[in-house]
Formats: sequence, C-alpha cells, structure tokens
Amino acid sequence: MESGHYRSTKLPDIKLMMWIFLASDTMFFGTLIGTYLVYKGRSLVGPYPVEVLDIPLTTVSTFVLLMSSFLMVLALHALRQDDTFRFRLWTFGVAFFGSIFLGFQVYEFAHFVDLGLTLQGNLFGTTFFVLTGTHGVHVTIGVIWLLSILVHSFVKPWTSKDEVYLEVAGLYWHFVDVVWIVIFTVVYLVEFA
Amino acid sequence: MAVSKVTVAAPAGSGVFTRPNWDAGWLSWLTTVDHKRLGLLYIFTSFLFMSAASIEAFLIRLQLAVPNNTVLNPDAYNQMFTMHGVTMVFLAIMPLGIGFANYFVPLQIGARDLAFPRLNAFGYWIYAVGGLFVYSSFFLGGAPDAGWFAYSPLTSLSNNPGNGTDFYMIGLFVGGIGTLVTAMNLIVTIISMRAPGMTMMRVPVFTWMMLVTAFMIIFAFPPLTIALFQVIMDRTFGTLFYVPQAGAMPILWQHLFWIFGHPEVYIIVLPAFGVISEVIPTFSRKPLFGYPVIILSGIFIGFMGFAVWSHHMFTTGLGPVVNTAFALTSFVIGIPTGIKIFNWVGTIWGGKVVFTTSMLYAISFLITFTIGGITGIMLAVPPFDAQAQDSYFVVAHFHYVMGGGALMAFFAGVYYWFPKMSGKMMDERIGKLGFWFLVPGLHLIFFPQHIAGLMGMPRRTQTYVAGIGLELPNLLSTAGTFVMMIGLILLAVNLVHGLLRGKPAGNDPWDGRTLEWATTSPPPHHDFDRQPVVNDRDAHWVQKYPESVHGHRVPESASEPYDANGIHMPGQSWYPFIMGIAFLPFSYGLLYHNFWVLGLSILIFFVGTFGWAFEGVGGHHLPAGGHAHPKGARS
Ligand SMILES: [Cu+2]
Repeated sequence: MESGHYRSTKLPDIKLMMWIFLASDTMFFGTLIGTYLVYKGRSLVGPYPVEVLDIPLTTVSTFVLLMSSFLMVLALHALRQDDTFRFRLWTFGVAFFGSIFLGFQVYEFAHFVDLGLTLQGNLFGTTFFVLTGTHGVHVTIGVIWLLSILVHSFVKPWTSKDEVYLEVAGLYWHFVDVVWIVIFTVVYLVEFA
Repeated sequence: MAVSKVTVAAPAGSGVFTRPNWDAGWLSWLTTVDHKRLGLLYIFTSFLFMSAASIEAFLIRLQLAVPNNTVLNPDAYNQMFTMHGVTMVFLAIMPLGIGFANYFVPLQIGARDLAFPRLNAFGYWIYAVGGLFVYSSFFLGGAPDAGWFAYSPLTSLSNNPGNGTDFYMIGLFVGGIGTLVTAMNLIVTIISMRAPGMTMMRVPVFTWMMLVTAFMIIFAFPPLTIALFQVIMDRTFGTLFYVPQAGAMPILWQHLFWIFGHPEVYIIVLPAFGVISEVIPTFSRKPLFGYPVIILSGIFIGFMGFAVWSHHMFTTGLGPVVNTAFALTSFVIGIPTGIKIFNWVGTIWGGKVVFTTSMLYAISFLITFTIGGITGIMLAVPPFDAQAQDSYFVVAHFHYVMGGGALMAFFAGVYYWFPKMSGKMMDERIGKLGFWFLVPGLHLIFFPQHIAGLMGMPRRTQTYVAGIGLELPNLLSTAGTFVMMIGLILLAVNLVHGLLRGKPAGNDPWDGRTLEWATTSPPPHHDFDRQPVVNDRDAHWVQKYPESVHGHRVPESASEPYDANGIHMPGQSWYPFIMGIAFLPFSYGLLYHNFWVLGLSILIFFVGTFGWAFEGVGGHHLPAGGHAHPKGARS
C-alpha cells in the first residue's frame, strides 16, 4: 500500500477503496430502502407509521447528525493545519454527536416497542427496524472508528501527513449521514406529506 | 471496512502475533499474502468444489438414465441439483475466474501485488470457509434443497423446516462478503497500479474484463446479500420479509435474486471472454482484432447486465409492458456479445493458427457459446419462454453458456497459463485426447436436453414416465456424462503429470503477448526484477518484435529499476486467516441460534480489526534492481 511503488493515479489507494466501498454500500442501502418502499402500506395490522413516528423528535436527532458532519469538516481542516488540539476536539465532537444520535435511536426503538411495534409484529416493524438498525450499525462503527483515531492520536500524535486516514473516515461518516437524510425523508417525512 | 490506519510499516512482532516470515512449509500457505499463492489456492479450491459438483451431476444423470429410476429418492435428488448449481456457480466457476485474476492481473499490468494483499488473503479464506460451511450440511441434517435460486416461499421456515436452507443462506451470505472485498481490491489495483505507460487502452483484455467484472460484483452482490440477510432474519428472528400471511410478497425475492443473478452470468462469463481474448491472439499469432470494440462492448455488457433481470420472470405475471421491455433489453445485450464473437473470428481469420490444446478449447468455446447465445435469444422471446420455462430446454441453454462457454474458456486458460504458474508444460497428447472426450461428451449430455425440454420434460423433477418419448434423449444425456467424465479425468491426470513430469516451460513457451510472459516461470516471489515499462498494447510482444508493429523501430526500454526504496514485499500475516476462520463460529452460531458462539466470533472480528490495523502492511524491501532473491522465494 505505501511501498513507494509506481502508481498510475494520484489517488491514495485507501481513498479509492473507500469510494468503491461506498458505491457498493449504496446498493446495500438501496436494496433495504427498496424493500421498505415495496412493503409500504402493506402491513395488515398496526401499529402503522403515522401512529408511532414522532417527527419533532427525529428532526432533532437528524439535526444532531448533520452537525456532526459539520464538525467532521472542521476536524479535517484542523488536522491539515496541524492544529492538534482542535483536531482532537472536533473528532471527539463528531463521535459525541454520533453517540447522541444513537441514544435517540435507542430511545426511539424502546418507545416503539412499548407502543407495540416489533420486528415480528407487522411488515412496517420488520422493514423499519432492519433498515434503521442497519444504519445504526453503520453509525456505531463510525463512532468506534473516530474514537480509535482519537485514542491513537494520543499514542502517536497525528500530523497533516496522516490527513488521508482522517479523510477516509470522514468520507464514510458523510456517507452515513447522507443515507440518513434519505431514510428520514422516505420513512418519516413522506408519511406526513 | 477495516481500513489500515497506520502509516508506517510496523516492525515485526508489534502485534499480538509474531509476524511470520516463512517461505516454505504448509503454514506459509496459511499466512501468505502473495497474489500468486492466493491465486493458486483459489484455483485448487475451485477444482475441489468442481469435483464435488461433478459427482452430484453424475448422480443426477444416473437417476435420470431410465424412467422411474430409484438411484436417488426425491429428497436426495432435490439436494443434488441444488448443491450442483450452488457449487458450480458460487464455489467453482466464479472463484476459478477470481483465481486467475489474482494470479495474472498484477502480472499483466506490471504491479507487485494487489493493492491490499492482506484483504486479498481474507477474501480467499472467507470463500473457503463459506464453501466448507455449505458442504458440512451433508453431515448435519441435509443439504439445501430449494434450487440454486432458493425461491421464496420454498425457503420459509414452515415450508422448509430443516437446516439445509440456513446453510444456503448463511453460507452464501458469508461467501459473498469475500467476493465483494476481492472485487474492490481488484478495482483499486487495476485503476491505480498499472505500470508506467500502461494507459487504459493498453491494458490486456483479461485484466479489462476483470475490471468490468469487479464493478459488476460490487453492484450485484449487495442485493443478493440483503435478500439472504432478510431470509436469515425471517428464519432466525421471525421477521416477516417473505411471509405472505403478513402481506409480504415472495416475488420480491425473485426480483432481488435476479437483479444479482443476471449480472452474475456476466460475472462468470466476462472473465471467460478475457481468457479467450488472450488465448486466441496468441495462438493465431496476430493482435486481437478490434481491441477497442472488445473493451467497449464489455463495458456495455456491464451496464446492460443490470437491465435484463426480469427475463427470468416472464411467467410470473408482470404484464405485457414489462415483459416487452425486458425482452427488448435482452435482445440488445446479445449485440455486444455477438460483436465479440466476430472479433475473435476476425482474429483467427488469416492468422497462422497453432492448434494447441488451449486453442482447441478456445475454438470449442466460440462454437458452444454461440449455440448457447442463440437459445438465449430464443428464451428472451416471452411467448417462447412461456413454453420453455422450467423445462430442460432452459437447462440445456444455460449449460451451453456456463459449461460449454465459461468453463471451456477457463480450461483453455488452464492449458495456457499452467506453464507460467508451474514452470512446466502440460502434455499436449493427453490434453488433446482429453479434449476429444470432454467437448463431444458435453454436447452429448446437453444437446438432447433441448429436445427433451421442447417435448415438455420439466427440470428439477426426480423422474419421468416411460412411453412419452423421453427415454432416448435422457439415455444419450447420461451416456454423455461418462464420455465427459473420461475427459475430466484426463485433464486431472494431465495436471498431475505436468506437475511431476512436465518438461521445463521456459519464460515464454507460447511466444506470448502480455507482460506475464516477460518474467520467469514460475515468477519469482517479487514478480519482476525491474519495473516493467509499457510502450504499446501487447507490451511483451512489441518488445520482442518491434518491427512487426510499427515498421522498423528501435525497441524502447522495457523496464527500469525500481526506485531507491527497492521492491516492497508485504509481510505475511495471521489476521486474514484468523478473521476468515472466525466466520465458522459466526455461521454455526447463527444457524444453531447459539448466541454465545456468535458473540465470540463478533469479539474476534472486533479485536482482529484492531490487530489488523495496528499490525500494518509491514514487510521488507528487496534492493532496487532486485536481483537478490531471498532464499527460497519462489512461489
Ligand atoms: Cu439472465
């Protein structure tokens, strides 16, 4: 990977790899969202989406996730400037906001189960939990990744030379964020349109 | 995605495991990250699975030799045709193409290895684990029996309570991850690691077709993986994805499966096209006729492959508009394939053809694949399909494409590349004798099935009654398996004979055209002593015969020394093997609902990801100029 061997493009290998992975991941989410849409309105028993979805609550968690993407940009900018303190601060911020989003999701899931919406109860439950759960797993992996970067930066200080490794994590994070925007629109907003 | 985060090569022993550095011994095969060794492992493993699939096919044909036969009971018969299909598609033919790609893509583009050597090893181990897992079903309560496409609702818990379906779903889910990471690795390699001067329009056709194939994999496998995941969820956690009583539509499975399944046909066939495009010019002693057209039609197939899936579903009641649309796209996708056939024929035309065994297989590919293509176009006509659907006509069609097409092309590749991989020649007399059993045997098996199918013989049915005219085609078909089996045995004998007694091959026994023939046979561990430099298409050929390409021309430099850092050899690693093997507890834990075992595997993945990342690429550098071979560094 970093052997100094000839490369026919300027793109670092892991950055190209991440783009290709994200292209593939788009198909994963595309299939899950497609399944959700195909089964939309086909549940034979409740609870139905309009009965459980809470737009104001999810708008807040969506805003938190959006802000985390903003902090991601700041973190990368700080690393490029070799501003170690801000790089660490903003990286922590991204992971922290990501965790808040996950907290909202845990609360939402628990609340839905209380309202009777389960994985096995109806098609809405099946498709909703598997789609948003898969997204939650992506966010969790991102949070662990960013926290690992943060811890590692105390073991071996990161400089602007390591920029690409943060950039790749950032690409992943922004992607997961964009996917959420699609899910928020398709699953939540459309229901009340 | 575990992306290595450590920039510098970690010193050996910085991880949990001591970094192995063995050149020989069987343990070195477990920790290898070398693309050539992994290529050989892929090819060897795919041959093992192919043998199993051949035995299954043989049993099927024995059962169908005469009417009302009792060699296999209906239950065993269902397992046999399911496992035959699953094995040939997922565990034999596709990995064979990936194995060739592993070995030859870096050599053809003058790269040292794939971009992510450890990820490459990881991909192989998941494939091996996934395959073994599926095959363990035979000893653990019965193999999958719902056909290779496992249509819902045949796979629901109530319709199929045994474990077989879980083995199918979990095994393919796991194996698919391996295919995905390997495809991503190949894309990065081909885009980023081409030798100086190797522009995209100078890339050898086999590598080009692998690039298109890899792109198809990264877009086609996710729908399958999600569909498998949905059924696993249904069967393990009681979700409702394919439960009609809850309002679900089992036809969704067919859509998701064929959105993957049709591209899969080209994922198998495009590498075969690539092999053919190497073999035919070499043995016609002419450059490939219409190189840009071959490449562009390959790319076109890559796109169109995603727009034809519903031709597998003409009889499911999608309506005349949808059927017409998919019939049209299916006709259109025949065009680039037909163009390629003309390119290959045009290459042979006027060439000084050398009839080696490899070339014989390539020519048989042209003929057999064309027949399979023609029956394919027939089946793309919805009214005809309504008649032939689920009959032996379809079986005959796709065996002409997969067996007579892809597999014959790969056998051409085996004979073509064996000298490079082993340093020894295979025997041409045994090879040709085997060919004259194998290919006529194949036609004897599958040609009569067209007729049986048109007479109404349904596929996936354990037996048939006497007196309706099906005896003769079936008897001929079964006789064909014996003929073809002799050919396969002769091929195996020839491989062993070549390894033990083969004559030395030399670097370039076929007077080849591409860069793999520029290094020794087998190539040294580091592939090339000097960095190849490419001045034209058919890079090796123009170095040997500059005047034949551009009139009299002074040969340009074919290579330059590697830069001052020398040749980087990535370190061996335990992590790909351990992370791959961890899919065994994952799979069995999921299958037997033992969430402790499942949790253990997830813990291994979690810890392993960090170990992997902090271990880094590692390795050592050979001095620039690279003449110093480390001891025993042959692969
Ligand atoms: Cu098809």
